[in-house]
Amino acid sequence: MIAALIAREIRRGLAGAAWLPVAFFLLVAAIVPFAVGPDAKLLARIGGGALWIAALTAALLPIERLVEPDRADGILDQLALSGTSEEGIACAKIAGHWLTFGPLLLIAAVPASILVGLDGAALLRAIIALAIGTPALAALAVTVAALTAGLPRAGSLAGLLLMPLAIPLVIFGAAATGAAAASALKLEAAVALLTLAGAPFVTGAAIRAART
Amino acid sequence: MLVEGQGLALVRGGRLLFEGLDVALRAGEALRLTGPNGCGKSSLIRLIAGLLTPAAGTIDRAVAALADDSLALDRELPLGKALAFWPGARTGEAMAAFDLQSLADVPVRMLSTGQARRARLARVMASGAPLWLLDEPLNGLDSASVDQLGTAIADHRSAGGGVIIASHAALAGQWQALELLR
Repeated sequence: MIAALIAREIRRGLAGAAWLPVAFFLLVAAIVPFAVGPDAKLLARIGGGALWIAALTAALLPIERLVEPDRADGILDQLALSGTSEEGIACAKIAGHWLTFGPLLLIAAVPASILVGLDGAALLRAIIALAIGTPALAALAVTVAALTAGLPRAGSLAGLLLMPLAIPLVIFGAAATGAAAASALKLEAAVALLTLAGAPFVTGAAIRAART
Repeated sequence: MLVEGQGLALVRGGRLLFEGLDVALRAGEALRLTGPNGCGKSSLIRLIAGLLTPAAGTIDRAVAALADDSLALDRELPLGKALAFWPGARTGEAMAAFDLQSLADVPVRMLSTGQARRARLARVMASGAPLWLLDEPLNGLDSASVDQLGTAIADHRSAGGGVIIASHAALAGQWQALELLR
């Protein structure tokens, strides 16, 4: 059932405009040089942080379609009846969401890095840091989607919830992009692991609590 | 026993819907819940399904399949594929029982109200679950579909399954009745 659920998430992700967060990510990255000016040195210094802000805002876009449609349509109820645990549903949603969000974002990160003035070793660091961070971003998106499912104005509420939760990830992710020291990357990986390990339980509890 | 609940109480939105309620259903039996609007029929069905937790009492149930207001089928998929997403070996049989084969290639979002009602009944039948929980199954059904549902329920009961429905209208066959009061 979990494999079928992951396949279903991927199918729905690809049908539901998977390119949209990626286009948004590229657009935010493209706007940074306009906002900061043509100083290449300054741009390269803040480029890593700008990439992470772009990735974070891109992660917000798909939140509304991750959990709420399934709750409203009774899919979550039927899954519970067929014996799938809410935590299992959460894991499948996180995996399926990352597969339609992460790889595309990593590909887009190459032109995005160049747009914000990162090249060579810095570009490689940016890709590695994003590769470690995007699963955690996907997990946070699913968690926040479950927490806000069924609420009025869930979209704006989701933004308010996701941004603070993502702060540790952004701190270490941007640091790992900016400096060659391995410690920031390790700390980013630790934060990402913690997020990934906790998200299914929070999501599962939120799905159960939303059931009336 | 397919369902055995004792001393059930349910509170929703701060309001006590019922208390001290006993429900029992054996293989081959069928139970109809009746009562005025808002007395808790749908809530009792969701309680029996395990989607709500009783405030008091205990309940045991067999594997159940539920048809309520929600369709629980992927709207962008053709009906045949949407039904096949749910585990259960009887998809073809269920589609035949509710005369849905001709709609197998039609996307779920294009179905009419009545066709969608039949589709969710077919989903319950296809699941192969021994216990069927049907909330207002007759809503939106034409008389031919009501007959199909009656036949499906009779077959299910003779195969050792059980059915609980919440309905204002009676169905053919032998039914136990449980009236919930406000």
